[in-house]
This record gives sequence, C-alpha cells and structure tokens, in this order.
Amino acid sequence: MSHTPSQTVGPYLSIGLPWPDGPFVVEADAPSAFLLHGIVTDGTGAPVPDALIETWQADPDGRFDHPDDPRGAAKGFRGFGRCPTDDSGRYEIRTQKPGPVPGPDGPQAPHIDVSVFARGLLHRVVTRIYFPNEPANATDPVLLTVPPDRRETLIAAPAPDGYRFDIRLQGTDETVFFAI
Amino acid sequence: MTLVVPGYQRDDAGAHPPLLSPGYKSTVLRAPSQAPILLPHTLTEVTGPLLGEGRVTAADADLTKNAGGEAQGQRIILHGQVRDSDGRPVPHTLVEVWQANAAGRYLHKLDQHDTPLDPHFVGVGRAMTDSMGRYRFVTIKPGAYPWRNHFNAWRPAHVHFSLFGRSFTQRLVTQMYFPDDPLFPYDPVFNSVPEDARHRLISRFDLSATVEEWALGFEFDIVLRGRGATPMEEQS
Repeated sequence: MSHTPSQTVGPYLSIGLPWPDGPFVVEADAPSAFLLHGIVTDGTGAPVPDALIETWQADPDGRFDHPDDPRGAAKGFRGFGRCPTDDSGRYEIRTQKPGPVPGPDGPQAPHIDVSVFARGLLHRVVTRIYFPNEPANATDPVLLTVPPDRRETLIAAPAPDGYRFDIRLQGTDETVFFAI
Repeated sequence: MTLVVPGYQRDDAGAHPPLLSPGYKSTVLRAPSQAPILLPHTLTEVTGPLLGEGRVTAADADLTKNAGGEAQGQRIILHGQVRDSDGRPVPHTLVEVWQANAAGRYLHKLDQHDTPLDPHFVGVGRAMTDSMGRYRFVTIKPGAYPWRNHFNAWRPAHVHFSLFGRSFTQRLVTQMYFPDDPLFPYDPVFNSVPEDARHRLISRFDLSATVEEWALGFEFDIVLRGRGATPMEEQS
C-alpha cells in the first residue's frame, strides 16, 4: 500500500497541536531537570513564529517507554515533548538528559530526536540534539556520518538554565536534517 | 550494548511533496537547502510516543458539540482506517484534527477572514484508533477560504490530520480534502504532492456512513510506513 502524502501544518497549527503540558517531558522536580530551548529561524535569519517542535528521547538510563524496547519499559517516562514557537520563534522543553541508547555497533551518544513542523514546511524536518563535552560524541555512528564542519549544528550549547539548541531551517549554518 | 532492531520502510519516493515548492511561497525561505543525511533506524527511531490513552475522551471526537452548543454548518461523519504500508492496522494511536468552520474561518487571532466565527465551534478534535485502526469524528464541513499566497488564492476545503503511529518514523501530518473540489487545480499546497499521489489526500463520499436526516459520511483511510521486511537478529 502506498503512503499517505504529508502536508504542511499551515499557520493555524496552534488550534490543534499544542497541549498545556506538552513542553514538560518531566516534572519540574525531576532529578537534574533542565530547560532545552532555542530559536527557529528561516533563510534570512528571521524567527519562525508559527512552528512546532516535537522531541522524543530515552530516559536517563537510555530506555524507552515503548514495547519495542527489548529491555522493558522505562516505567512512565513519557519521552515526548511538544512546544509551539512563540512570537520570537522560541520554543522551550523541560526534560532530563537521556542516557546512552544501544545502536547497531554499540552505544550511541546521548541524543534527542526532533521533528520541526511549520507553515511553509510541506513535510516535517528531522534533526538530532547532542550534548557538548560528551566523550561518546567522538564515536557516535550518526554524528560520524555528518561532515565535520556541520556537526556543530547538532550540538546544544550550555545555557544558565539548561541547554540552547537553535534550529536554522535554511542558509548560513543551516542545521543538519536527516532523512528517516 | 549492541542491538539491531527491525527498522521501518523508507518513504515512497513519489508520495511526499518536495520541501521546496515555490508555488507555495512560504516554502522558499523555509525549505532546507542541503540534502538530508540518511538516519539509520536505531532504537530511538523505531520507538515513539504512545499517547492518548487516558488523555482523550469520546466527547473529543465530536467537533459539533465539544465547544458547547451546536456548531453551524453541514454536519458530516468523518471516518477511516489507519494502516501501515503492509496493510496492517495501526491500533490505539492518537489522531488529532483541526479545521476552519463552515464559513471558512479558523478560531485564531491571525485569521482575519471576513466571515463569521461560530461561538459553538472551536475546530479541534481528538480520537484514538480502535483495535482495527479505525477512527471516527463528527464535525461540520469546513468552508473554503482565501489566503494571500497569490492573486485570488483560495484553499480547497480541508481538515488537518496529525498521527503518531507506533514509532518516530511513522509520524505524519497531512490534510484531507473533499471529493470533486473545484479549487484543486489552483491550490499549490494540494498540488505540491506528486500528481499520482494526490488522490490519496481526497476522502470518499460514503453512503453507508451517512445517517438518515442527520449527517453525510466521508471515508478517509491513512497509510503510514510499514516495518522493514526482514527483522535482523540481535548481535552478541
């Protein structure tokens, strides 16, 4: 059977997609909870105020709350965050750092999968957030497929309240996006 | 730890619109210019959020009533089955919809189209698919509305759909259209999809789902990606 085609979320995605608790992957009092935030910009560097970010990640032990994680569920860790951008193009997710996730050739570096939806995006674009100063980044099988001069776009920057990860849809220092 | 898990099929080459579709002007500054890098399907991608149980009630699927009162417009029943490309139903997955009202206006601060808002219509609904992947909404047929993409631009009537499936790879947002809409030839969003695939976005009038003296029925089936054909063995 042939796949149903994708279409843009359009400018009014905030009617149907956000949830009041969407940005909170974890409770505020979860151990080492932090804010992951950033700005989404277009090819001119202008903020994108009608985008939505969705995140998916493992828990701090590197496990997923999903039946296809053969090690068993992560007991209620939602793993999912969803946040529309505001008028200045900013999103903000409260989460915890994921643990290393098993990969085909050994553990992957801690990472968060990200979908970006927006008016003008006919299909979501997908990226990954990695963490700075992480020794495993040097051997991560996905990061190693990215040209060295573009890897920096996938690594969050330390911020006073957590980490900052800007998403540049197009242009100078364009974020690396993945075909999944 | 080493682990190999069965991935999901990749997108059909001819299914999805190219990100850069200049007829739809908003794509020009937002479509990435670099080719995407192939992401292997690791545990992160083959898992995904299983949302909705306990979050969605039956009332959320009736957009004619979920704002209080009775929404105005042509009442319709919108139903279908969510399957993967192997034909397997996708059960217990969240389906979210949003749409304009019968006059073609969204309940949104940025929608200034000069037609009435309906105090009894918010335009948002949620439902879970059942064990066979089926979903059902009661709503009203949305109106066509103008937008400023080009001179005399009008969007065909449509309902926005959002689905999670069972994995990060199955995530899909799309738009459902109605049969025989005269605006199809003029809409760059609809026409961004390769020609052979456009019909998959159009619902089918369904007399069997039509309820006498109450509502017209439309059927819209949705196909997400299937599992990779050959699950690989776990390595030691």
